[in-house]
Amino acid sequence: MILDKQFLVKIGLAEMLKGGVIMDVTNAEQAKIAEDAGAVSVMALERIPADIRADGGVARMSNPKMIREIQKAVSIPVMAKCRIGHFAEAQVLQAIGVDFVDESEVLTPADEKNHIWKHNFKVPFVCGCRDIGEALRRIAEGAAMIRTKGEAGSGNIVEAVRHMRAVQGAIRHIQSLRDDELTHYAKEVGAPLELVQYVKENGKLPVPNFSAGGIATPADAALMMQLGAETNFVGSGIFKSDDPAARAKAIVLATTHYDDPDVVARVSEGLGDAMPGLEMSAIPEEEQLNKRGW
Amino acid sequence: MQNIGILALQGDFDKHRQAVEKLGQKAVLVKDVEKLSDCDRLIIPGGESTTFLHLVEKLQLRQGLIDFIEKKPVFGTCAGLILLSKSAEKLPFPPLGVIDIIAKRNAYGRQVDSFVDDIRLNLNGRESVFEGVFIRAPKIKDFGKKVNALAWHNNDVVMAESGKILVAAFHPELTDDLSIHQYFIEK
Repeated sequence: MILDKQFLVKIGLAEMLKGGVIMDVTNAEQAKIAEDAGAVSVMALERIPADIRADGGVARMSNPKMIREIQKAVSIPVMAKCRIGHFAEAQVLQAIGVDFVDESEVLTPADEKNHIWKHNFKVPFVCGCRDIGEALRRIAEGAAMIRTKGEAGSGNIVEAVRHMRAVQGAIRHIQSLRDDELTHYAKEVGAPLELVQYVKENGKLPVPNFSAGGIATPADAALMMQLGAETNFVGSGIFKSDDPAARAKAIVLATTHYDDPDVVARVSEGLGDAMPGLEMSAIPEEEQLNKRGW
Repeated sequence: MQNIGILALQGDFDKHRQAVEKLGQKAVLVKDVEKLSDCDRLIIPGGESTTFLHLVEKLQLRQGLIDFIEKKPVFGTCAGLILLSKSAEKLPFPPLGVIDIIAKRNAYGRQVDSFVDDIRLNLNGRESVFEGVFIRAPKIKDFGKKVNALAWHNNDVVMAESGKILVAAFHPELTDDLSIHQYFIEK
């Protein structure tokens, strides 16, 4: 594993975001609402995932002008998404000084085989995963933060739970293996052996592991934290709800106090309606965002 | 063995927990005022200072923290330094104002300007070199007469103390060298 000073600085920012909520925002006004609610960072994008899903078409990196306006509006770190494999979009995002690049399945992939070689960049990257093999492949490419994918824009937590349990369960399984069984395991899941060895020794991924894709309520946030997420990304769940400011604040407090059901109960009161959710069976397989990337 | 409280509202509190436990002390993660009463000292970790202050207000922790700091030692790193300072720009609420320091947030720039570099440390009259990890780090823009400088990066003061309060603009919890945590625990 390439663990030089530059990578330490990248992981360092991910460490600083732990225990917080990262919110999708589409303009400066929403960014300010997110910051005032206690968000630890905002993800600047032109359309939130629920709208990308509804609109169809090719989803690309956001307009740099809009990202700059959000950077001006808030003092917390600003993230932005590039398409999977689209390293030129990532170069643009680095040039305008975003604090984290999300190489994201929410946008239309630019490359069906290759993800970005993220070690070439000074800006840190976060990548999605569904299982341990995908997580470790992305880390090998230089991702400084992993988020389980969930199903963005669905308002349905089931995929986020599936992916988080898959990763956490695999970590526990790796710890139960003998050293001479790790090579075969690494081959089976398609992960570099040295990273599988790291997981066995440390009982965790080499970088922070956040959750994304489907969080719509304070209890969803508390659930993901208790399943092992170190921070929550919330996309459509806030600005597709009745009262975004109140819901954003409630999800922040539920993430901080995820292990205190009294607090989660208190902040869940009087929030109005959550975003309407989608049954996974209502989303055709080829339209499921979590199936993008490998 | 001491109980070292670590403010765990948000940020890299787990890295501080590891450092404290490696030094044979008990780490107590603090999210409310009641937990503070178990603590001999308190660490305010790195994280997002804006978020810290929103949570301090929403969870009504301000007075409890100030009361604790009047009596017992506290150590703030990065966002923790900002929280303890007298003032810093662009914060949603005033910081706790317990150390006579004016902080400048994100003084080196955005994340692409974050860096690791050697700093010069002077603890108990002994000089040493320490690996300083600076992440969207603040600078100590100005400080009062009662504040003593303890570390420098080039010409910038990056660690200082005043009475029982210790602050660092960088992240000793992100490196393996425990000497600064040791200093705080013995302070």
